[in-house]
Amino acid sequence: MTDMTLLQSSSEDASTGEDFSASVMSIEIGPAHPAMHGIVRFTTHLDGELIVGMDPEIGYLHRGFEKESENSKWIQVIPYTDRLNYVSPLLNNIGYSMAVEKLYGIQAPPRAEFTRVIMGEISRITDHLTCLGAVAMEIGAFTFFLWFIKAREYLWELVEEMTGARLTTNWTRFGGNHSDLPDGFLGDLADRLAKLKEIMTECDKLLTRNKIFIDRVKDVGAISKEDALSFGFTGPLLRACGIPYDVRRADSYSVYDELDFEIPVGSTGDCFDRFLVRMEEIRQSISIIEQAADKMPEGPFMTDERMMHFPDKKDVYGNIEGLIDHFKLVMEGHQPPAGEIYMPVEGGNGEMGFYLVSDGSGDPVRVRMRPPCFNFVAAMPAMTVGHYVADIVPIFGSVNMIGGELDR
Amino acid sequence: MENVLEIIMIPAVLAIIKIMVIILLFAMPLGTFLTLMERKWSAMIQDRVGPNRANIGNFTGHGIMHIAADGLKSIFKEDTMPKGADGFLYLIAPFFGLIAAIATFAVIPIAGPIGNFTFQVTDIEPGLLFIFAITSLSVYGAVLAGTSSNSKFALLGGTRASAQMISYEVFMGLALMGVFMVYGTTRVSGIVDGQNEYWFGSLIPMWGVFTQPLGFLLFFTALVAETKRAPFDAPEGESEIVAGYFLEYSGMRWSAFMLAEYVSLVGVASLITTLFFGGYHIPWLHLWENAPQWLVTILQIIKFSVFTLFFCWFQIQLRWTVPKFRFDQTMALGWKKLLPLSLINMFVTAFVILAFA
Repeated sequence: MTDMTLLQSSSEDASTGEDFSASVMSIEIGPAHPAMHGIVRFTTHLDGELIVGMDPEIGYLHRGFEKESENSKWIQVIPYTDRLNYVSPLLNNIGYSMAVEKLYGIQAPPRAEFTRVIMGEISRITDHLTCLGAVAMEIGAFTFFLWFIKAREYLWELVEEMTGARLTTNWTRFGGNHSDLPDGFLGDLADRLAKLKEIMTECDKLLTRNKIFIDRVKDVGAISKEDALSFGFTGPLLRACGIPYDVRRADSYSVYDELDFEIPVGSTGDCFDRFLVRMEEIRQSISIIEQAADKMPEGPFMTDERMMHFPDKKDVYGNIEGLIDHFKLVMEGHQPPAGEIYMPVEGGNGEMGFYLVSDGSGDPVRVRMRPPCFNFVAAMPAMTVGHYVADIVPIFGSVNMIGGELDR
Repeated sequence: MENVLEIIMIPAVLAIIKIMVIILLFAMPLGTFLTLMERKWSAMIQDRVGPNRANIGNFTGHGIMHIAADGLKSIFKEDTMPKGADGFLYLIAPFFGLIAAIATFAVIPIAGPIGNFTFQVTDIEPGLLFIFAITSLSVYGAVLAGTSSNSKFALLGGTRASAQMISYEVFMGLALMGVFMVYGTTRVSGIVDGQNEYWFGSLIPMWGVFTQPLGFLLFFTALVAETKRAPFDAPEGESEIVAGYFLEYSGMRWSAFMLAEYVSLVGVASLITTLFFGGYHIPWLHLWENAPQWLVTILQIIKFSVFTLFFCWFQIQLRWTVPKFRFDQTMALGWKKLLPLSLINMFVTAFVILAFA
């Protein structure tokens, strides 16, 4: 803190032109700046091109997700979660629904869980594709970016086929999903995965061993294991430091314990390791999807417990229980038992946790989300100080800040 | 009629006519056309369609109308000036780069002479030194734009541009020393004629790229860095310092920067063709005796244009294939690797010439 005040005073001197020997130029990077995905501001203090200080300022995309959720029914929160991490909306849907299910103490049927795994991993891949593509684009590899976006397009078409939307998916429900697999979905999935693998190989050849690219990202933005842990890192950034922490394995929620996959880890925690970890995670996710598609069980895609799902139309019109259930679900909403719960899932960026408090009525008392990239943005000064101003680009790109989940 | 011909043959008038022809029929049209070509080619690389919307009636010409549309848009855009900018310098800065880029063409011959008439604006003795002088002028465009804009991003871009261009100038000259030695002249037409000789009877033409392979690579790298194109576009640095030195410009002044970039792209390509790929000379054409002069001239213009277009294309391909260097890496590459290499190249060339001549 003292350093920062010193810096600011010296930059003030520079602006009045009194003291040029200690001149530090303060430059506002953001909120509207090409390297700031989403909207965030970094007040950067520069000595020449060298970064000597940085103050991140967040909150430009604050929409009051948590407060808004308290004024909604439990089920009405699901569409809001689409807009948290808007690059992988299905993972947010799944995370929130699983948290409410944990509050109820129930589990979705196996077919629903396997479908969730497939869709969740597709979303993870789209998240990683976007992040890696953006990093590459911002250090000049524009072609790589567009090839990855092409791959992402294939996957988003799958998401659209499944949910009817590309971004505003609103797909999971408590105790299951909104819909079963569409006809021919698994065939399409296999096609798209084959195309994705092809693009991955192409892109790997284009960029991964490119000398210029490696020079730009190697030893840039490195952070030690201890620092990463104390900042509360999770996800690919923590794994790039060499700690194999993955909520899918550590908590083995859903059906991940039935699936075989590896957790890639890096060693130095620099931008290159993050790149490699994310690339490998895409490959692992492809393998997870293929296994889940092979093991896809038959059965219902929605729990048949009463007061969990909206009854079918024929029940609403045909028998009294259905009518009453429907009426109560609409008027009072889902009523999970009183209590509080924390349910983490592995989001695209790391541990995405939902902390829910219920008082047994139909309205949530508290819905809080732990955004993985909040910690990364907090660590931006620690990662950037001592690097050049051009290094902000790969560092911030590999942090993969998503304004929607950061500011909520 | 005779009077008109006499006036035309006055050297000064002839030079002006040549300047107009080269600028208006070669450099500028090719430069503007390259803006479209770059967008189309990058679209092909990236599985996109590229620009194809601008039209007159139903005619789009695969996006050719975008050139006109872009030009019109730039002319009608407001010419903004940021508060606190240094007015005069801010207004003239864009044209330094453009003038320097165009002036390069003054000494480049696009076909062999017919009698006294040369296809070259002027064939001065220190031809290449003239090119060095002119290209170093273009740094003023970037520096003045950067410092006069009253913007921190532009200032960073301007400093980067000045540092990069001045340092690459150093070994750009050194990389060409070998060419001077091999052909024994700095006169451009002399170098071109020197490349019309052959090794082993008439087996291999003595092109610069064969006599000076390392010099070719170094000079090409230096020229790409000099034009501030990817992978050496740290002065623009569109991801970290937004657009660098021309961040604050709009309208036609901004277009002047873009046009300068593309015209100098053509300039680079034609320089490379002239100095390292035989210029307008077509190898083994001397085997065809009694070739009519007019046909030879046309073939020479075609050969020169094809090679120039090839190197334009190559630079575009380069830009869309590789990532870009960080600014300090550009400098390190220049001073720590390319400068020693060009010195070695110079000494080895001198040694070989002394030993075998």
